[in-house]
Amino acid sequence: MSNRGVETPFRRVAADFAESRLAVAGLVTLILILIVAIGAPLVSPQNPYDLATLDIMDSKLPPGGQSLDGMTFWLGSDDQGRDMLSAIFYGLRISLGVGTLATVCALAIGLTVGLIAAWFGGWVEAVIMRLVDLQLSFPSILIALVLLASLGQGVDKIVIALITVQWAYYARTVRGAALVERNKEYIEAATSLALPTSRILFNHLLPNVLPPLIVIATVQVAHAIALEATLSFLGLGMPITSPSLGLLIANGFTHLMSGKYWISLYPGIALLATIVSINLVGDQLRDVLNPRLQK
Amino acid sequence: MTVLSVENLKTHFFTKAGVVKAVDDVSFSVDAGKVLGLVGESGSGKTVTGFSIMGLVDPPGRIVSGRVLLEGHNLPDHSDDAMRKLRGDRIAMIFQDPMMTLNPVLRIDTQMMETVLAHRAVSRDSARELARNALGRVGIPSPDERLKAYPHQLSGGMRQRVASAIALLNNPRVIIADEPTTALDVTIQAQIIYEVQKLARETGTAMVWITHDLSVIAGLADDVCVMYAGRIVESGPTADLLDHPLHPYTAGLIASIPSRNQRGKPLHQIPGMTPSLLRLKPGCAFRDRCPHADAVCEQAPEITCPAPARTLRCFHPMTALEEIT
Amino acid sequence: MVVFITRRVLQSVIALLVMSALIFIGVFAIGNPIDILINPQADQAEIARATAALGLDQPMWVQYWEFLRHAVTGDLGRSFSQNMPAVQLIFERMPATVELALCAMLFAIVLGVPLGLVAGIKPDAWYSKTIMAGSIFGFSLPTFWVGLMMIMVFSVYLGWLPSTGRGHTTQLFGIPVSFLNWDGITHLMMPALNLALFKLSLLIRLTRSGTREAMLQDYVKFARAKGLPMRRIVGVHVLKNIMIPIVTVIGLEFGSLIAFAIVTETIFAWPGMGKLLIDSINVLDRPVIVAYVLIIVCLFVIINLVVDLLYSMLDPRVRLAEARA
Repeated sequence: MSNRGVETPFRRVAADFAESRLAVAGLVTLILILIVAIGAPLVSPQNPYDLATLDIMDSKLPPGGQSLDGMTFWLGSDDQGRDMLSAIFYGLRISLGVGTLATVCALAIGLTVGLIAAWFGGWVEAVIMRLVDLQLSFPSILIALVLLASLGQGVDKIVIALITVQWAYYARTVRGAALVERNKEYIEAATSLALPTSRILFNHLLPNVLPPLIVIATVQVAHAIALEATLSFLGLGMPITSPSLGLLIANGFTHLMSGKYWISLYPGIALLATIVSINLVGDQLRDVLNPRLQK
Repeated sequence: MTVLSVENLKTHFFTKAGVVKAVDDVSFSVDAGKVLGLVGESGSGKTVTGFSIMGLVDPPGRIVSGRVLLEGHNLPDHSDDAMRKLRGDRIAMIFQDPMMTLNPVLRIDTQMMETVLAHRAVSRDSARELARNALGRVGIPSPDERLKAYPHQLSGGMRQRVASAIALLNNPRVIIADEPTTALDVTIQAQIIYEVQKLARETGTAMVWITHDLSVIAGLADDVCVMYAGRIVESGPTADLLDHPLHPYTAGLIASIPSRNQRGKPLHQIPGMTPSLLRLKPGCAFRDRCPHADAVCEQAPEITCPAPARTLRCFHPMTALEEIT
Repeated sequence: MVVFITRRVLQSVIALLVMSALIFIGVFAIGNPIDILINPQADQAEIARATAALGLDQPMWVQYWEFLRHAVTGDLGRSFSQNMPAVQLIFERMPATVELALCAMLFAIVLGVPLGLVAGIKPDAWYSKTIMAGSIFGFSLPTFWVGLMMIMVFSVYLGWLPSTGRGHTTQLFGIPVSFLNWDGITHLMMPALNLALFKLSLLIRLTRSGTREAMLQDYVKFARAKGLPMRRIVGVHVLKNIMIPIVTVIGLEFGSLIAFAIVTETIFAWPGMGKLLIDSINVLDRPVIVAYVLIIVCLFVIINLVVDLLYSMLDPRVRLAEARA
């Protein structure tokens, strides 16, 4: 270990993170994707959902094809003459937005519930943890499907479904971490000072259970995005008015058999790049933040 | 007759942070039926010495130079497969922690019989018979029952006996015992030491007994080598060495053993800590903790023979006067 | 052991009751059961008849009891679209799904465990890194998209494999199966591989991390010191230890395979219960949806029970601890 510069925790984590070139590549890709997703209206060649700019005559052009008014469709166009590249940029925005929103909400719920379980113990904990166990014993896709089958379609419904399938992971992780922390001396000290429970929970316990949670949340965003795409593909996710990547892929499915691969392929690659880069970053973060693997 | 002799053995670990000279120019030899004690603090390289003899040093470590002669054959020259055939057959090892060395999900008979079957073309029945006999030899009552047990059903002492029995199974020429009794109760420790010593004498097996505990060595070993920071700093016949230690480190070790006639006095301590092998300075490794150290000690001391059968690596050995105080 | 089994079975029954209560609340209490259970095109008279027949004027617990009583006798309503009992419809589709899931699990085990072992024994080798990079992709690739790409490559461009349906089936003990004739196998190949992909990655990672951890254990080093060949160390000592978590995961993941088959079956038009569920959701055939959920809950509870029992059989430590408890 070199002693160059001051060794702050952040620098250490950053240095350890940079040790894996794959993870750095993932981080760069992820940042690019985020820029494209957030700035979709600015970087897209076309607003794919402004019907005025679409021309049915341009439909199903192969990648590199020219539209009637001279625009190049670098990734081809779909059955409505929509530029796939623009559609993907907008789709990324929707997929990432829904995935992140659901994850943040689930994180907040799981965190609160997990802390409550760990702090109060007794029957409160027993009931919560049994519920968590029960839910985690069923695959997320099944729970989401059943929920959506009874709730119906809509952006809000899918966010609810994604929150429902995720919260239990966080609750379990938070409780585990909090139980370990709870027995440590600084909490004992805080308790003996008769600080209010809420203050101990949020000012003392929370910062210490956060690192493992952040890692899980990173990877869970990827899961949420994949799940949303799957549900949308099955026709139970996003409504046609908010075309996420999954919906784009589903739309291309019907044209796949006639060899028009690009309508499904490119949104899929965008989805894959997003998920892989998030997973690479998450994996490396976990290794870096996990004290058990430190040499 | 010399069974095992180690000559100028160097085993180094090539880590990212630098080269760790875990074993640095170590030499000793053991005769048939004799016990050699290899004494040192943790991190002095005694376990790596044992693994080097067994050919079990894993990357980033490797034997850099030196010879390990088993009945005249140089072990590091052997191929991996030839070495594997010797291990557990001609040369065996007992590990420190009996809780960890036996596989938790395999029955004792499986773990014993496979050791026989890996080296000899015998039937499973005769392998089981050999296993039962070996358990009997290390003093395990009702061996048939024990054979069917899983490790977690046995006590620590019992498990270490099983491990010893496994080492004895194929009548090896050499057994390397790496602190086999450290994790056990004192009474069980004494029993096992007694049994192992008896077996070594009876079968003519040479033993290398690795320990940090001089009092174990006193009652067990014929000869002693004292290791410090990867080197043997002193060696000699046990009684002679314990009565007349020449190296200040050995003297310090002996002084720090609690005994009856020292009651009421504070126990001796060697000041300072074992040096990190990664940042070892040239010269005598003990000089920072040594009461005798001076400028000369910044050069590495060579091996000398101050008395018959004794070796020493020190510029300033203990004098007769100091021993009395 | 008997106590242990009885207690597990009891726990399963309780889990089943809880889940059925949740489903009951979801279907009967929150939603309007008339909407859910009766054809949306039904007229006023039919709704009145159904309300009486369902006993909706009864208190909640009576209704739950009735629901349970019907469920136990296998009466979960009739499918509107197929005009037959929902349970029967699902059981008709079940063999196709189970065959698909078993075949996928077989792919995952046969490929995943050996690859994981290889990657775990030499974690720094280039091939291990390749395997791990592959498994990251396997984890990240959305199943449905991989399925589409498989169809594109193998059916549309290469024309090697059929993209839809189950193909020719052969009767085995009165159950139609695909894997006994060539046409069936060609139909089964792509969906099974598609479904296996995620579990394959999971098994690779699980086996690798288990192997890595096991290889560092003392019992592996001791096994090496016994002179056992690498084959036996990996194949018996390591594998038997990591088998416990692997079997647990294989068992638990089998349920999730059946759930994920929903996606694969939809892509490849595989006539299993997953496709039935999606079709039923699309035509709002609610009795089938309720029946599917209840049956799959039963399936999960049974799988969990079997895994628990298997686990206790595999790990001698659990077996003993449970016997004492």
